[in-house]
Amino acid sequence: MTAPIAPHSWHRNREGLGIWEGRGKVVATGVGSSPTARRWDERPETSMGALTIIAIRKAIEDAGISPDEIDGIVLTPDSTTGVSNNPHAPAPEGWSDVFKMVDFPQAGITRGDIDWLLLNMPELKNVKFKMNAPTCMSVAFTNAAEAVNRGLTGTCLVVRGWHNLAGRYYVGQGAAALETASGPGKYGGIWGMPACATTAMIFEEYCNKYGKNHDMMAPFVVEERRNGLMNPDGFFTQHRPEMITVDDYLSGRWIAKPANIYDNDLPIQAALAVIFTTPELAKHHAQKPVYILNHAQTRPELQGAIPTLAEWERASDRMGRMLYEGAGIGPEDLSFENMYDGFTLFHQFHVEGLRFASRGEKRGYALDLYQTDISIEGPNPVSPSGGNSGNGRTRWWNHRDCILQLQGRSPSQITRKAEYGVSGAHMPNFCDALIWGASPD
Amino acid sequence: MQKQSPVPTEFDKPFYDACNEDRLVVQHCAACNRFQFPPRAMCSRCGNASLDWQQVSGRGRIQSRVVVYDSPVSALIPDQPFNVATISLEEEPEVIMLSHLPGVPVDKVPIGAAVEVIFETTPATGQKVPEWRVVG
Repeated sequence: MTAPIAPHSWHRNREGLGIWEGRGKVVATGVGSSPTARRWDERPETSMGALTIIAIRKAIEDAGISPDEIDGIVLTPDSTTGVSNNPHAPAPEGWSDVFKMVDFPQAGITRGDIDWLLLNMPELKNVKFKMNAPTCMSVAFTNAAEAVNRGLTGTCLVVRGWHNLAGRYYVGQGAAALETASGPGKYGGIWGMPACATTAMIFEEYCNKYGKNHDMMAPFVVEERRNGLMNPDGFFTQHRPEMITVDDYLSGRWIAKPANIYDNDLPIQAALAVIFTTPELAKHHAQKPVYILNHAQTRPELQGAIPTLAEWERASDRMGRMLYEGAGIGPEDLSFENMYDGFTLFHQFHVEGLRFASRGEKRGYALDLYQTDISIEGPNPVSPSGGNSGNGRTRWWNHRDCILQLQGRSPSQITRKAEYGVSGAHMPNFCDALIWGASPD
Repeated sequence: MQKQSPVPTEFDKPFYDACNEDRLVVQHCAACNRFQFPPRAMCSRCGNASLDWQQVSGRGRIQSRVVVYDSPVSALIPDQPFNVATISLEEEPEVIMLSHLPGVPVDKVPIGAAVEVIFETTPATGQKVPEWRVVG
Protein backbone atom coordinates (compact mmCIF):
# COMPACT_ATOMS: atom_id res chain seq x y z
CA MET A 1 0.00 0.00 0.00
CA THR A 2 1.32 3.45 -0.87
CA ALA A 3 2.03 5.67 2.09
CA PRO A 4 0.90 9.31 1.91
CA ILE A 5 3.25 12.19 1.28
CA ALA A 6 3.43 15.35 3.34
CA PRO A 7 0.94 18.10 2.51
CA HIS A 8 2.38 21.17 0.85
CA SER A 9 1.43 23.20 3.91
CA TRP A 10 4.29 21.52 5.79
CA HIS A 11 6.78 23.34 3.58
CA ARG A 12 8.57 26.34 5.00
CA ASN A 13 9.20 27.82 1.62
CA ARG A 14 8.88 31.55 2.01
CA GLU A 15 10.34 34.32 4.08
CA GLY A 16 8.42 36.02 6.87
CA LEU A 17 7.29 32.85 8.64
CA GLY A 18 9.24 33.71 11.79
CA ILE A 19 10.78 31.25 14.20
CA TRP A 20 9.78 27.66 13.41
CA GLU A 21 7.12 26.50 15.84
CA GLY A 22 8.94 23.19 16.19
CA ARG A 23 12.28 24.82 17.03
CA GLY A 24 14.01 22.71 19.67
CA LYS A 25 11.04 20.34 19.99
CA VAL A 26 12.40 17.62 17.68
CA VAL A 27 15.68 15.79 18.12
CA ALA A 28 17.78 13.17 16.38
CA THR A 29 19.47 10.49 18.45
CA GLY A 30 20.40 7.09 16.99
CA VAL A 31 22.09 6.66 13.62
CA GLY A 32 22.51 3.41 11.67
CA SER A 33 24.50 2.95 8.48
CA SER A 34 24.62 -0.19 6.37
CA PRO A 35 27.72 -1.56 4.70
CA THR A 36 28.34 -0.16 1.22
CA ALA A 37 28.89 -1.83 -2.14
CA ARG A 38 29.70 -0.48 -5.57
CA ARG A 39 26.98 -2.57 -7.24
CA TRP A 40 24.42 -5.16 -6.29
CA ASP A 41 25.67 -8.72 -6.72
CA GLU A 42 22.04 -9.92 -7.02
CA ARG A 43 21.98 -11.84 -3.77
CA PRO A 44 18.92 -11.03 -1.62
CA GLU A 45 21.19 -10.68 1.41
CA THR A 46 23.02 -7.73 -0.17
CA SER A 47 20.02 -5.99 -1.73
CA MET A 48 19.06 -2.43 -1.00
CA GLY A 49 16.21 -3.78 1.13
CA ALA A 50 18.55 -5.95 3.16
CA LEU A 51 20.88 -3.00 3.68
CA THR A 52 17.94 -0.87 4.78
CA ILE A 53 16.96 -3.46 7.41
CA ILE A 54 20.54 -3.49 8.67
CA ALA A 55 20.59 0.31 8.92
CA ILE A 56 17.30 0.41 10.81
CA ARG A 57 18.38 -2.21 13.32
CA LYS A 58 21.66 -0.39 13.87
CA ALA A 59 19.90 2.94 14.42
CA ILE A 60 17.60 1.41 17.01
CA GLU A 61 20.57 -0.23 18.72
CA ASP A 62 22.55 3.00 18.56
CA ALA A 63 19.70 4.87 20.24
CA GLY A 64 19.54 2.16 22.90
CA ILE A 65 15.79 1.76 22.55
CA SER A 66 13.40 -1.10 21.94
CA PRO A 67 11.93 -1.61 18.44
CA ASP A 68 8.56 -1.45 20.20
CA GLU A 69 9.12 2.25 20.72
CA ILE A 70 9.16 3.01 17.01
CA ASP A 71 5.74 4.33 16.06
CA GLY A 72 6.52 6.07 12.76
CA ILE A 73 8.50 5.72 9.56
CA VAL A 74 9.27 8.39 7.01
CA LEU A 75 10.97 6.84 4.02
CA THR A 76 12.29 8.06 0.71
CA PRO A 77 11.18 5.34 -1.70
CA ASP A 78 13.08 6.60 -4.73
CA SER A 79 16.45 5.11 -5.41
CA THR A 80 17.94 6.78 -8.42
CA THR A 81 20.97 4.96 -9.60
CA GLY A 82 23.43 4.83 -12.43
CA VAL A 83 21.71 2.30 -14.63
CA SER A 84 18.42 2.22 -16.48
CA ASN A 85 16.13 -0.52 -15.25
CA ASN A 86 12.58 -1.69 -15.63
CA PRO A 87 10.65 -0.56 -12.54
CA HIS A 88 8.16 -3.38 -13.05
CA ALA A 89 10.66 -6.20 -13.51
CA PRO A 90 9.90 -9.31 -11.45
CA ALA A 91 12.02 -10.07 -8.42
CA PRO A 92 14.93 -12.42 -9.14
CA GLU A 93 14.68 -16.11 -8.45
CA GLY A 94 15.11 -16.93 -4.79
CA TRP A 95 14.01 -13.49 -3.58
CA SER A 96 10.78 -14.76 -2.05
CA ASP A 97 12.71 -17.46 -0.19
CA VAL A 98 14.44 -14.73 1.81
CA PHE A 99 11.95 -11.88 1.95
CA LYS A 100 8.20 -11.60 2.23
CA MET A 101 6.78 -9.86 -0.80
CA VAL A 102 4.38 -6.97 -1.26
CA ASP A 103 2.43 -6.40 -4.47
CA PHE A 104 5.20 -4.32 -6.00
CA PRO A 105 7.92 -6.82 -7.04
CA GLN A 106 10.78 -4.30 -7.04
CA ALA A 107 10.21 -3.41 -3.38
CA GLY A 108 13.51 -3.85 -1.58
CA ILE A 109 15.39 -4.11 -4.87
CA THR A 110 15.17 -0.79 -6.68
CA ARG A 111 12.57 0.92 -4.53
CA GLY A 112 12.06 1.44 -0.83
CA ASP A 113 8.68 0.45 0.57
CA ILE A 114 7.44 0.89 4.13
CA ASP A 115 5.05 -2.06 4.01
CA TRP A 116 7.83 -4.29 2.68
CA LEU A 117 10.02 -3.23 5.59
CA LEU A 118 7.29 -3.89 8.13
CA LEU A 119 6.59 -7.32 6.64
CA ASN A 120 10.25 -8.23 6.92
CA MET A 121 10.93 -6.59 10.28
CA PRO A 122 8.42 -8.21 12.62
CA GLU A 123 10.01 -6.46 15.57
CA LEU A 124 8.51 -3.14 14.34
CA LYS A 125 5.11 -3.88 15.86
CA ASN A 126 3.87 -0.43 16.71
CA VAL A 127 4.33 1.63 13.58
CA LYS A 128 1.19 3.68 13.05
CA PHE A 129 2.51 6.70 11.16
CA LYS A 130 3.81 6.00 7.65
CA MET A 131 4.89 8.64 5.18
CA ASN A 132 6.73 8.61 1.88
CA ALA A 133 9.13 11.48 1.24
CA PRO A 134 9.84 11.47 -2.49
CA THR A 135 13.05 12.39 -4.27
CA CYS A 136 15.59 12.87 -1.54
CA MET A 137 16.30 11.91 2.07
CA SER A 138 16.42 15.63 2.80
CA VAL A 139 12.68 15.60 2.23
CA ALA A 140 12.35 12.70 4.66
CA PHE A 141 14.27 14.61 7.32
CA THR A 142 12.19 17.76 6.99
CA ASN A 143 8.92 15.79 6.80
CA ALA A 144 9.84 13.72 9.85
CA ALA A 145 10.72 16.87 11.75
CA GLU A 146 7.26 18.23 11.03
CA ALA A 147 5.59 14.92 11.83
CA VAL A 148 7.22 14.75 15.27
CA ASN A 149 6.55 18.43 15.90
CA ARG A 150 2.90 17.95 15.04
CA GLY A 151 2.59 14.97 17.38
CA LEU A 152 1.86 12.47 14.61
CA THR A 153 4.71 10.23 15.70
CA GLY A 154 6.75 10.13 18.87
CA THR A 155 9.70 7.99 17.88
CA CYS A 156 10.20 7.94 14.16
CA LEU A 157 12.58 6.21 11.79
CA VAL A 158 13.90 8.33 8.92
CA VAL A 159 15.06 5.94 6.21
CA ARG A 160 16.58 5.75 2.76
CA GLY A 161 18.25 3.02 0.76
CA TRP A 162 20.12 3.26 -2.53
CA HIS A 163 20.59 0.54 -5.10
CA ASN A 164 23.06 0.32 -7.93
CA LEU A 165 22.69 -2.36 -10.55
CA ALA A 166 25.38 -3.66 -12.88
CA GLY A 167 25.98 -1.67 -16.04
CA ARG A 168 27.57 1.44 -17.50
CA TYR A 169 26.30 4.78 -16.16
CA TYR A 170 23.20 5.33 -18.31
CA VAL A 171 25.33 5.29 -21.46
CA GLY A 172 23.51 3.84 -24.45
CA GLN A 173 20.73 2.43 -22.28
CA GLY A 174 16.98 2.79 -22.27
CA ALA A 175 15.79 6.03 -23.85
CA ALA A 176 19.35 7.07 -24.67
CA ALA A 177 19.68 4.16 -27.10
CA LEU A 178 16.61 5.02 -29.18
CA GLU A 179 16.37 6.96 -32.45
CA THR A 180 13.45 8.95 -31.08
CA ALA A 181 12.91 10.81 -27.83
CA SER A 182 9.71 11.07 -25.80
CA GLY A 183 8.83 12.55 -22.43
CA PRO A 184 10.50 15.53 -20.82
CA GLY A 185 13.92 14.40 -22.02
CA LYS A 186 13.10 15.38 -25.58
CA TYR A 187 13.49 19.09 -24.79
CA GLY A 188 17.08 18.77 -23.58
CA GLY A 189 18.13 15.13 -23.68
CA ILE A 190 18.56 15.05 -27.45
CA TRP A 191 21.57 17.36 -27.09
CA GLY A 192 23.29 14.51 -25.28
CA MET A 193 24.32 16.06 -22.01
CA PRO A 194 25.36 13.70 -19.20
CA ALA A 195 23.86 14.30 -15.77
CA CYS A 196 26.63 16.61 -14.56
CA ALA A 197 26.47 18.90 -17.59
CA THR A 198 23.75 21.22 -16.31
CA THR A 199 25.79 21.89 -13.20
CA ALA A 200 28.94 22.28 -15.29
CA MET A 201 27.17 24.78 -17.52
CA ILE A 202 26.15 26.95 -14.57
CA PHE A 203 29.56 26.54 -12.93
CA GLU A 204 31.11 27.84 -16.15
CA GLU A 205 28.78 30.82 -16.04
CA TYR A 206 29.79 31.39 -12.42
CA CYS A 207 33.48 31.28 -13.30
CA ASN A 208 32.98 33.72 -16.16
CA LYS A 209 31.06 36.13 -13.94
CA TYR A 210 33.43 36.07 -10.97
CA GLY A 211 36.78 35.40 -12.62
CA LYS A 212 37.26 31.89 -11.17
CA ASN A 213 38.32 28.61 -12.75
CA HIS A 214 37.93 24.88 -12.40
CA ASP A 215 41.40 24.38 -10.93
CA MET A 216 40.26 26.31 -7.86
CA MET A 217 37.96 23.39 -7.00
CA ALA A 218 40.89 21.06 -6.28
CA PRO A 219 41.44 21.86 -2.58
CA PHE A 220 37.76 21.29 -1.85
CA VAL A 221 37.55 17.95 -3.64
CA VAL A 222 40.79 16.71 -2.07
CA GLU A 223 39.63 17.79 1.40
CA GLU A 224 36.33 15.98 0.89
CA ARG A 225 38.15 12.75 0.10
CA ARG A 226 40.31 13.22 3.20
CA ASN A 227 37.20 13.67 5.35
CA GLY A 228 35.47 10.75 3.69
CA LEU A 229 38.40 8.45 4.33
CA MET A 230 37.99 9.08 8.07
CA ASN A 231 34.50 7.59 7.90
CA PRO A 232 34.49 3.84 8.48
CA ASP A 233 31.03 3.62 6.94
CA GLY A 234 31.95 5.36 3.68
CA PHE A 235 32.39 3.58 0.38
CA PHE A 236 35.94 4.74 -0.25
CA THR A 237 37.10 3.76 3.24
CA GLN A 238 35.58 0.32 2.81
CA HIS A 239 36.53 -0.41 -0.78
CA ARG A 240 39.03 2.09 -2.23
CA PRO A 241 40.94 3.62 0.65
CA GLU A 242 43.19 5.76 -1.52
CA MET A 243 43.71 9.47 -1.04
CA ILE A 244 43.58 11.70 -4.10
CA THR A 245 45.88 14.62 -4.80
CA VAL A 246 45.48 18.00 -6.44
CA ASP A 247 47.28 16.57 -9.47
CA ASP A 248 44.83 13.67 -9.62
CA TYR A 249 41.98 16.13 -9.68
CA LEU A 250 43.54 18.41 -12.26
CA SER A 251 44.21 15.48 -14.57
CA GLY A 252 40.83 13.81 -14.11
CA ARG A 253 39.15 12.85 -17.38
CA TRP A 254 36.46 15.20 -18.58
CA ILE A 255 32.84 14.10 -18.52
CA ALA A 256 31.35 17.43 -19.55
CA LYS A 257 34.11 20.01 -19.35
CA PRO A 258 34.39 21.81 -16.92
CA ALA A 259 33.13 18.79 -14.93
CA ASN A 260 35.57 15.94 -14.64
CA ILE A 261 35.28 12.49 -13.17
CA TYR A 262 36.07 13.73 -9.64
CA ASP A 263 33.25 16.26 -9.84
CA ASN A 264 30.81 13.37 -10.20
CA ASP A 265 29.74 11.20 -7.30
CA LEU A 266 30.05 7.46 -7.48
CA PRO A 267 26.78 5.47 -7.46
CA ILE A 268 26.78 2.87 -4.70
CA GLN A 269 24.50 0.63 -2.66
CA ALA A 270 23.92 1.77 0.92
CA ALA A 271 21.23 2.63 3.46
CA LEU A 272 20.82 4.97 6.39
CA ALA A 273 18.32 5.15 9.23
CA VAL A 274 18.06 7.87 11.87
CA ILE A 275 15.83 8.12 14.93
CA PHE A 276 13.80 11.32 15.35
CA THR A 277 11.90 11.92 18.56
CA THR A 278 11.00 14.56 21.11
CA PRO A 279 13.42 15.87 23.77
CA GLU A 280 11.21 14.30 26.45
CA LEU A 281 11.20 10.84 24.86
CA ALA A 282 14.93 11.12 24.11
CA LYS A 283 15.80 11.29 27.80
CA HIS A 284 16.38 7.56 28.00
CA HIS A 285 18.09 7.26 24.59
CA ALA A 286 21.72 6.28 24.63
CA GLN A 287 22.84 9.15 22.39
CA LYS A 288 22.90 12.84 23.04
CA PRO A 289 19.94 14.53 21.36
CA VAL A 290 20.64 16.87 18.48
CA TYR A 291 18.01 19.56 18.12
CA ILE A 292 16.39 20.59 14.88
CA LEU A 293 16.08 24.35 14.93
CA ASN A 294 14.48 24.91 11.55
CA HIS A 295 13.93 23.48 8.10
CA ALA A 296 13.16 25.10 4.77
CA GLN A 297 12.47 24.24 1.14
CA THR A 298 13.09 25.69 -2.29
CA ARG A 299 11.61 24.36 -5.51
CA PRO A 300 12.47 25.27 -9.11
CA GLU A 301 10.77 28.14 -10.88
CA LEU A 302 12.34 26.99 -14.08
CA GLN A 303 11.90 29.20 -17.12
CA GLY A 304 14.25 27.43 -19.48
CA ALA A 305 15.53 24.01 -20.49
CA ILE A 306 17.99 24.18 -17.61
CA PRO A 307 18.34 26.65 -14.72
CA THR A 308 20.53 29.72 -14.92
CA LEU A 309 23.16 31.06 -12.57
CA ALA A 310 20.68 33.80 -11.61
CA GLU A 311 18.04 31.25 -10.57
CA TRP A 312 20.50 29.21 -8.52
CA GLU A 313 21.79 32.31 -6.78
CA ARG A 314 18.31 33.62 -6.02
CA ALA A 315 17.10 30.26 -4.71
CA SER A 316 20.12 29.57 -2.52
CA ASP A 317 20.09 33.13 -1.16
CA ARG A 318 16.47 32.66 -0.22
CA MET A 319 17.25 29.32 1.40
CA GLY A 320 19.88 30.99 3.58
CA ARG A 321 17.52 33.73 4.66
CA MET A 322 14.65 31.30 5.41
CA LEU A 323 16.86 28.96 7.43
CA TYR A 324 18.32 31.70 9.60
CA GLU A 325 14.99 33.41 10.12
CA GLY A 326 13.28 30.25 11.35
CA ALA A 327 16.20 29.12 13.51
CA GLY A 328 16.93 32.51 15.02
CA ILE A 329 20.62 32.32 14.25
CA GLY A 330 22.91 33.86 11.66
CA PRO A 331 25.73 32.66 9.43
CA GLU A 332 28.32 33.63 12.04
CA ASP A 333 26.81 31.05 14.40
CA LEU A 334 27.48 28.06 12.15
CA SER A 335 30.28 25.81 13.39
CA PHE A 336 30.46 24.04 10.01
CA GLU A 337 28.43 23.49 6.87
CA ASN A 338 27.43 20.15 5.39
CA MET A 339 25.48 21.12 2.29
CA TYR A 340 25.17 18.77 -0.64
CA ASP A 341 28.05 18.20 -3.01
CA GLY A 342 27.03 15.71 -5.64
CA PHE A 343 27.99 17.36 -8.04
CA THR A 344 30.93 19.13 -6.45
CA LEU A 345 30.59 22.09 -8.81
CA PHE A 346 27.41 23.33 -7.17
CA HIS A 347 28.51 23.11 -3.56
CA GLN A 348 29.66 26.73 -3.61
CA PHE A 349 26.17 27.93 -4.48
CA HIS A 350 24.91 26.47 -1.20
CA VAL A 351 27.92 27.86 0.70
CA GLU A 352 27.40 31.34 -0.66
CA GLY A 353 23.62 31.29 -0.20
CA LEU A 354 24.26 30.60 3.46
CA ARG A 355 27.04 33.25 3.53
CA PHE A 356 29.07 30.57 5.31
CA ALA A 357 32.46 31.98 6.40
CA SER A 358 31.71 35.15 4.51
CA ARG A 359 33.74 38.20 5.41
CA GLY A 360 31.07 40.47 4.02
CA GLU A 361 31.08 38.93 0.56
CA LYS A 362 27.76 37.87 -0.89
CA ARG A 363 28.65 35.98 -4.02
CA GLY A 364 31.72 34.78 -5.86
CA TYR A 365 33.82 34.11 -2.76
CA ALA A 366 33.52 30.37 -2.13
CA LEU A 367 36.27 29.24 -4.48
CA ASP A 368 38.58 31.72 -2.74
CA LEU A 369 37.44 30.23 0.57
CA TYR A 370 38.47 26.80 -0.78
CA GLN A 371 42.05 28.10 -1.07
CA THR A 372 42.12 28.76 2.72
CA ASP A 373 42.02 26.25 5.58
CA ILE A 374 38.67 24.50 5.11
CA SER A 375 39.77 21.38 6.99
CA ILE A 376 38.07 19.94 10.03
CA GLU A 377 40.93 21.36 12.10
CA GLY A 378 40.49 24.87 10.75
CA PRO A 379 38.20 27.77 11.57
CA ASN A 380 35.76 27.16 8.70
CA PRO A 381 35.12 23.43 8.21
CA VAL A 382 33.61 22.95 4.77
CA SER A 383 31.74 19.67 4.24
CA PRO A 384 33.35 17.81 7.16
CA SER A 385 31.34 14.71 6.26
CA GLY A 386 33.23 14.41 2.99
CA GLY A 387 29.85 14.29 1.29
CA ASN A 388 29.02 12.19 -1.70
CA SER A 389 32.38 13.02 -3.22
CA GLY A 390 34.28 11.53 -0.30
CA ASN A 391 31.92 8.65 0.55
CA GLY A 392 29.84 7.67 -2.49
CA ARG A 393 26.41 8.78 -3.66
CA THR A 394 23.71 8.83 -1.01
CA ARG A 395 22.72 12.46 -0.41
CA TRP A 396 22.74 11.70 3.29
CA TRP A 397 26.33 11.70 4.54
CA ASN A 398 25.97 15.44 5.08
CA HIS A 399 22.85 15.12 7.24
CA ARG A 400 24.25 12.16 9.16
CA ASP A 401 27.42 14.04 9.92
CA CYS A 402 25.55 17.05 11.31
CA ILE A 403 24.05 14.75 13.92
CA LEU A 404 27.36 13.06 14.69
CA GLN A 405 29.30 16.35 14.81
CA LEU A 406 26.87 17.86 17.29
CA GLN A 407 26.95 14.66 19.36
CA GLY A 408 30.74 14.96 19.36
CA ARG A 409 31.29 11.56 17.77
CA SER A 410 31.85 12.20 14.08
CA PRO A 411 34.71 10.18 12.61
CA SER A 412 35.82 13.51 11.10
CA GLN A 413 35.01 15.57 14.17
CA ILE A 414 35.78 19.25 13.78
CA THR A 415 38.29 20.74 16.17
CA ARG A 416 36.31 23.84 17.03
CA LYS A 417 33.31 23.43 19.31
CA ALA A 418 30.35 22.10 17.35
CA GLU A 419 27.27 24.11 18.30
CA TYR A 420 25.28 24.72 15.13
CA GLY A 421 25.41 22.97 11.77
CA VAL A 422 23.51 23.05 8.51
CA SER A 423 22.79 20.36 5.97
CA GLY A 424 20.64 20.27 2.87
CA ALA A 425 20.20 18.68 -0.52
CA HIS A 426 20.03 18.47 -3.35
CA MET A 427 20.16 21.19 -6.07
CA PRO A 428 20.65 24.88 -5.28
CA ASN A 429 17.10 25.60 -6.53
CA PHE A 430 15.52 22.34 -5.28
CA CYS A 431 16.57 21.89 -1.74
CA ASP A 432 15.35 20.75 1.65
CA ALA A 433 17.68 21.90 4.40
CA LEU A 434 17.89 21.89 8.19
CA ILE A 435 19.64 23.83 10.92
CA TRP A 436 20.81 21.54 13.69
CA GLY A 437 21.86 22.56 17.21
CA ALA A 438 23.72 20.91 20.05
CA SER A 439 21.19 22.51 22.38
CA PRO A 440 17.60 23.73 21.96
CA ASP A 441 18.69 27.36 22.37
CA MET B 1 25.14 15.55 -35.59
CA GLN B 2 22.49 12.87 -35.59
CA LYS B 3 20.03 13.96 -32.93
CA GLN B 4 17.21 11.75 -31.71
CA SER B 5 13.87 12.76 -33.19
CA PRO B 6 11.51 14.19 -30.56
CA VAL B 7 8.03 12.68 -30.68
CA PRO B 8 5.41 15.44 -30.28
CA THR B 9 2.36 15.00 -28.10
CA GLU B 10 -0.96 16.79 -28.37
CA PHE B 11 0.31 19.12 -25.67
CA ASP B 12 3.53 20.30 -27.33
CA LYS B 13 2.42 19.89 -30.94
CA PRO B 14 2.20 23.69 -31.46
CA PHE B 15 5.89 23.99 -30.66
CA TYR B 16 6.97 21.16 -32.95
CA ASP B 17 4.59 22.15 -35.74
CA ALA B 18 6.09 25.64 -35.66
CA CYS B 19 9.59 24.16 -35.85
CA ASN B 20 8.55 22.32 -39.01
CA GLU B 21 7.51 25.71 -40.40
CA ASP B 22 10.85 27.25 -39.38
CA ARG B 23 9.21 29.33 -36.67
CA LEU B 24 10.13 29.44 -32.98
CA VAL B 25 7.22 29.67 -30.54
CA VAL B 26 7.32 29.43 -26.77
CA GLN B 27 4.68 29.48 -24.06
CA HIS B 28 3.71 32.82 -22.54
CA CYS B 29 1.91 33.48 -19.26
CA ALA B 30 -0.20 36.63 -19.55
CA ALA B 31 -0.64 36.80 -15.78
CA CYS B 32 3.12 37.04 -15.18
CA ASN B 33 4.01 38.44 -18.62
CA ARG B 34 6.60 35.72 -18.67
CA PHE B 35 7.87 33.24 -21.27
CA GLN B 36 8.87 29.67 -20.47
CA PHE B 37 10.41 26.71 -22.23
CA PRO B 38 10.11 23.68 -22.32
CA PRO B 39 6.33 23.55 -22.59
CA ARG B 40 4.58 22.85 -19.30
CA ALA B 41 0.98 22.41 -18.24
CA MET B 42 1.10 25.60 -16.24
CA CYS B 43 3.23 28.63 -15.53
CA SER B 44 6.13 27.52 -13.36
CA ARG B 45 5.85 30.72 -11.34
CA CYS B 46 2.13 31.41 -10.77
CA GLY B 47 0.47 28.14 -11.74
CA ASN B 48 -1.66 29.71 -14.45
CA ALA B 49 -2.82 26.95 -16.79
CA SER B 50 -4.05 29.30 -19.54
CA LEU B 51 -0.81 29.74 -21.39
CA ASP B 52 -0.63 30.80 -25.01
CA TRP B 53 2.00 30.27 -27.67
CA GLN B 54 3.88 33.28 -28.94
CA GLN B 55 6.34 33.50 -31.77
CA VAL B 56 9.67 34.96 -30.65
CA SER B 57 12.40 36.64 -32.65
CA GLY B 58 14.73 33.68 -32.87
CA ARG B 59 17.60 35.80 -31.62
CA GLY B 60 19.61 35.19 -28.49
CA ARG B 61 23.03 35.08 -26.91
CA ILE B 62 25.35 32.31 -25.85
CA GLN B 63 25.25 32.21 -22.11
CA SER B 64 27.47 29.27 -21.21
CA ARG B 65 28.85 26.06 -22.60
CA VAL B 66 30.22 22.62 -21.84
CA VAL B 67 32.20 20.19 -23.91
CA VAL B 68 30.66 16.74 -23.72
CA TYR B 69 33.13 13.86 -23.57
CA ASP B 70 30.83 11.19 -22.17
CA SER B 71 27.33 11.44 -23.57
CA PRO B 72 24.69 8.88 -22.66
CA VAL B 73 22.99 9.23 -26.07
CA SER B 74 24.16 6.46 -28.40
CA ALA B 75 23.64 8.46 -31.59
CA LEU B 76 25.93 11.26 -30.42
CA ILE B 77 28.81 9.20 -29.05
CA PRO B 78 30.66 9.09 -32.39
CA ASP B 79 30.74 12.91 -32.40
CA GLN B 80 32.47 13.25 -29.02
CA PRO B 81 33.80 15.60 -27.84
CA PHE B 82 31.16 18.14 -28.83
CA ASN B 83 29.90 21.53 -27.67
CA VAL B 84 26.62 22.10 -25.92
CA ALA B 85 25.79 25.73 -25.24
CA THR B 86 22.98 27.46 -23.40
CA ILE B 87 21.19 30.08 -25.46
CA SER B 88 19.30 32.80 -23.67
CA LEU B 89 16.45 34.25 -25.70
CA GLU B 90 16.47 37.93 -26.57
CA GLU B 91 12.93 38.34 -25.27
CA GLU B 92 13.77 36.96 -21.83
CA PRO B 93 17.29 35.91 -20.83
CA GLU B 94 16.22 33.24 -18.35
CA VAL B 95 14.44 31.32 -21.08
CA ILE B 96 17.17 28.90 -22.00
CA MET B 97 17.49 26.57 -24.98
CA LEU B 98 20.32 24.23 -25.81
CA SER B 99 22.49 24.13 -28.91
CA HIS B 100 25.31 22.13 -30.42
CA LEU B 101 26.42 25.34 -32.15
CA PRO B 102 27.03 23.70 -35.51
CA GLY B 103 30.29 24.87 -37.08
CA VAL B 104 31.85 26.16 -33.86
CA PRO B 105 35.02 24.19 -32.98
CA VAL B 106 35.13 22.37 -29.68
CA ASP B 107 36.34 24.62 -26.86
CA LYS B 108 36.00 27.73 -29.04
CA VAL B 109 32.53 28.78 -27.99
CA PRO B 110 32.26 32.60 -27.98
CA ILE B 111 30.44 33.29 -24.71
CA GLY B 112 28.11 36.26 -25.07
CA ALA B 113 28.03 36.11 -28.87
CA ALA B 114 24.80 36.81 -30.71
CA VAL B 115 23.08 33.80 -32.27
CA GLU B 116 20.05 33.18 -34.42
CA VAL B 117 17.83 30.18 -34.65
CA ILE B 118 17.99 27.68 -37.48
CA PHE B 119 15.96 24.50 -37.76
CA GLU B 120 17.62 21.13 -38.04
CA THR B 121 15.92 18.04 -39.41
CA THR B 122 16.32 14.99 -37.20
CA PRO B 123 16.84 11.77 -39.14
CA ALA B 124 14.45 9.24 -37.62
CA THR B 125 11.16 11.03 -38.29
CA GLY B 126 12.11 14.25 -40.09
CA GLN B 127 10.88 16.35 -37.15
CA LYS B 128 12.70 19.68 -37.08
CA VAL B 129 14.23 21.07 -33.86
CA PRO B 130 15.69 24.49 -33.07
CA GLU B 131 19.43 24.92 -33.39
CA TRP B 132 21.50 28.08 -33.24
CA ARG B 133 24.30 29.66 -35.24
CA VAL B 134 26.64 32.50 -34.40
CA VAL B 135 25.93 35.69 -36.32
CA GLY B 136 28.11 38.64 -37.09
